[in-house]
Amino acid sequence: MKQHFDILVIGAGPAGIAAAVRAAESGARVGLLDDNPAPGGQIWRKGAALPAAARDWIAKLDASPVVRLHGWHVFAHPASGVLMAESTAATDREAAELHYDKLVLATGARERFLPFPGWTLPNVMGAGGLDAMVRGGLPISGKRVVVAGTGPLLLAVAAHLAHRGAKVVAICEQAPVGRLAAFSLRLLDQPGKVMQGINYRWASRNARFHTGCWPIAANGQGSLESVTLQRNDQQWDVACDYLACGYHLVPNLELPVLLGCRIQNGFVATDKWQQTSIPGVLCAGEPTGIGGVELAILEGQIAGLAAADRISVASGLVQKRSRFQGFVRALANAVELDPQLRTLPSAETIVCRCEDVPFHVLGGYSSQRDAKLHTRCGMGPCQGRICGAATQFLFGWGADSVRPPVLTASFSSLAAASCAAGHASNDILNQNRKDTHTL
Amino acid sequence: MSEDWDVVVAGAGIVGAACANECVSRGLRTAIVEAGEIGGGATAAGMGHIVVMDDSPAQLALTSYSQGLWRELASRLPASVEYESCGTLWVASDDEEMKEVHRKRALYATVGIASEVLDSRALSEAEPHLSPALAGALLVPSDGVLYPPCAAEFLVREAVRLGAKLYSQFKVISAGNGLVRLNDGTELRAPRIINALGSEASTLVPDLPIRKRKGHLVITDRYPGFVHHQLVELGYLKSAHSIATDSVAFNVQPRKTGQVLLGSSRQFGAEDSTVDYSMVAAMIDRARAFMPEIGTLSAIRIWTGFRAATPDKLPQIGPWQEDPTLFLAAGHEGLGITTSLGTAKVLVDYLMDGETGIPIDPYLPARFVRSEAHA
Repeated sequence: MKQHFDILVIGAGPAGIAAAVRAAESGARVGLLDDNPAPGGQIWRKGAALPAAARDWIAKLDASPVVRLHGWHVFAHPASGVLMAESTAATDREAAELHYDKLVLATGARERFLPFPGWTLPNVMGAGGLDAMVRGGLPISGKRVVVAGTGPLLLAVAAHLAHRGAKVVAICEQAPVGRLAAFSLRLLDQPGKVMQGINYRWASRNARFHTGCWPIAANGQGSLESVTLQRNDQQWDVACDYLACGYHLVPNLELPVLLGCRIQNGFVATDKWQQTSIPGVLCAGEPTGIGGVELAILEGQIAGLAAADRISVASGLVQKRSRFQGFVRALANAVELDPQLRTLPSAETIVCRCEDVPFHVLGGYSSQRDAKLHTRCGMGPCQGRICGAATQFLFGWGADSVRPPVLTASFSSLAAASCAAGHASNDILNQNRKDTHTL
Repeated sequence: MSEDWDVVVAGAGIVGAACANECVSRGLRTAIVEAGEIGGGATAAGMGHIVVMDDSPAQLALTSYSQGLWRELASRLPASVEYESCGTLWVASDDEEMKEVHRKRALYATVGIASEVLDSRALSEAEPHLSPALAGALLVPSDGVLYPPCAAEFLVREAVRLGAKLYSQFKVISAGNGLVRLNDGTELRAPRIINALGSEASTLVPDLPIRKRKGHLVITDRYPGFVHHQLVELGYLKSAHSIATDSVAFNVQPRKTGQVLLGSSRQFGAEDSTVDYSMVAAMIDRARAFMPEIGTLSAIRIWTGFRAATPDKLPQIGPWQEDPTLFLAAGHEGLGITTSLGTAKVLVDYLMDGETGIPIDPYLPARFVRSEAHA
C-alpha cells in the first residue's frame, strides 16, 4: 500500500485526534495512524465510560474526513517525507509506504517501571497496564488490589478499579506528603483537576492512602500473594491478588529520535507552534512534556492548525496553553523519584525482562550501550523500552541511540522500505555478480 | 603523569584485546587504552563468525591458524561469549559451484582443516529451510560462532587479571617514538606501541592504506532451530577489481539465543552510519533466493558498522617502517574476530624475536611501500 497525505498524524490519543481533526478542517488530506484498533490512545481506552471530552473529540473525528489507519505501527523512516508502517494484524503483516508533506508526532507516553524483588511475578502489572486489562475484560470484581508508584495516574486507576468492584486495599505514592501538598496548592488555579482528584479519591475512599511509601517486594509462589510495603523505617505485608505499580510516565521518543528531532531535558524540543527542530515535523502531547489530557488536546490542536498553515486560528490556543506551563513543572517536581528507590533491586532482581538480565551484572558499565553490548540489557524485542527508563534512573545512564526498526517488522516489510527510499535493490544485486565476499 | 610500560596497546576492540592478552601472558608489562566501550566499534558491529577463508594463501594461513587458536581457547570462554562450534556451510547454487566446493575441500585439507561435501539432499536434511533447488554445500565443522563484544571483554579482563592496566574512556592523542599521549595529558612510555584501532588506525598513522567499508546486519526475534549452521553462499567467480563496488551476499547465522543474524553488505565511500534500505532490501532479496521462508521472520534491529579494509584484503601486522617503536595490528576487514588471536600470536612472537607460528611476511605493513615503489 502506498498513500500520500498533506498531513500525517502518528498516534490517535488525545493529542493526535485533536491534531487530525483541526488539520482536516482546512480541507487538507489528513491521515491518522495508530497501532491500536480504535482511537483514544492509552488514556481514552475503550471499555469504560469515557469522559465528555473524549466522547466529544472522538465524535468530531468520526465526523471528519480524516483517513484512519488503525492497527498499524511505524517501523522505519527510509527517506525524507516517508514513513514505513506495518499492519499489526498477526495474520497479514502488510507494509504501507506513507508519504507526507507535514508530520505530527503524537506518540504519547508509557509507564515507567522500576525493578524490585518479585516484580516479574504474574499479576504484578503497571498501574495503567492493569487498568487497560480490566477495560479489556479482565474480571476484577472482589479482587484485592494494591495500587503503587507515583503520579496522578494512581488515583485515577484506583478509582476505576474500585468502580469495577475491585477491593483497593492500599494506594502507595512514593512522593512525600509535603511535595504532594505543594502540588495540590499549585492546582488551585486548575479547578477541573482539583475536582477530578477529589472525585478519584472519593471513589477509592475505602483504600488506605500512604505517602512516601512503596512496595519493596512482591511475594508469592508462582503468582502474587502479598506485597511488602515500606514507609520510612516501617515494613509490612499486605495480602493482595494484584499489584498495579507504575512510576509515572516517560515519553515515547523512539520515532522523534529516529526522525532526528532535537531532544531537550528528555523531551522533544518544540517552538510555540509545536514545530520540532526538523522542518515540517511537529510534535504534540506527552513527548513534549508530561502534562495530561487537557494540555495534550491543546497542543494537538495547535500542531494540527499550524501544520495546515492556520497560524491565526492557532494563536488563541497558544495563549491557553501557556497556563499549563506551571502545571507541567509542578507535576514533574511532585513525582520526582526518591533516591532510595535506587536500592529497590536485589542482586538477583531481573532488570531487563526480554533478556533476563539481573541487576548485579550491570554495575561497572559506563552507559546503556556499554551494558547492552556486554550484558544484553535492552537488546531484546522491546529494545529497552521497559528497562531503559529504569536503568537511566538506577545508574544515571543517558538514553541509548535508536536503531530501526523502531518496532519489530518482518523482513518482507523491511525490503519494501527500499522502494520508498527510491532505490532498487536490483542495482546492487547486479553489481554483486562481479564481486565475491562473505563477511 | 608519566608511566613506563613494556607495551602500550591502543584500542580494545577484539584485535587490541587479543594483543594485550597475548603480551601480558608472555610477561610483558602492558597497558591498554580504549576511548569507548570495550569491543564497541567494528567488533560490536560484526557477526562473530569464526571462519576459515581462502581468498588468498595468506588469508587461508591466518584464518586456519586463528580458528585453531579459538578452538583451543573455547573451553575457557565464559557463557556470555556464546561460543558455538556450529560449523560453516558454504552453499553452492549449481554444478559449477559444486566444482568450487570440491576445490575448496581439497585446499582446506592442505592446512589441516577437515570438511565434508554435502549433496543437495544432505544439505536439505542439514538445513530444511534452505531452497531444495540448491546443488549442495561444503561443511566445515570446525568453524564457529561467538558474541564478539563479550569475547573482547573476556580477553581484556584476562589481561587485567594477569597485570595489565586498562585506561578506559581515554583517547590516544598521539603515538610514536616510544610515547603515547592520552587526552588528559597522561604520557605512557613504551619501547613498543601497538596500534589496534581498526578503521581509526590512520588517525594516528597518516597515509595508512586502510579504508572504511560499511556493512549492514539485521537481527531477528527468537526462532530456535530455524537455522543450525552459519550459511554462506559460495558466491560468484572472483574478480580482482571487485573492491570498489557495493555488494551483498547471503550470509545467515544462528545465534545461541535462537535469533537469526542476517548479513551482509559491503560499501565503500559510505561514511555515515545511517541504515541504507536499498542495501537491507538487497540482503533480504538475496537471502530469500536461498531461504524463501526467511521473509516471514521478524527483525528487531538493523545496524551498520565499518570494516577496516586494506587494498589486498589482508591485515597489517608488524612494524611500521617509519617508526621502530610503532607496530600495527589493524586492517582486518571482515575477519577481525576470527584472526584476532592469530594476529596477536604472530605479532607478539615477532616482538619477542621468536619464531612466528605462521610466516609474518604477507601481513607486514612494509608490503604496501614495496608495491608502491615498484609501481
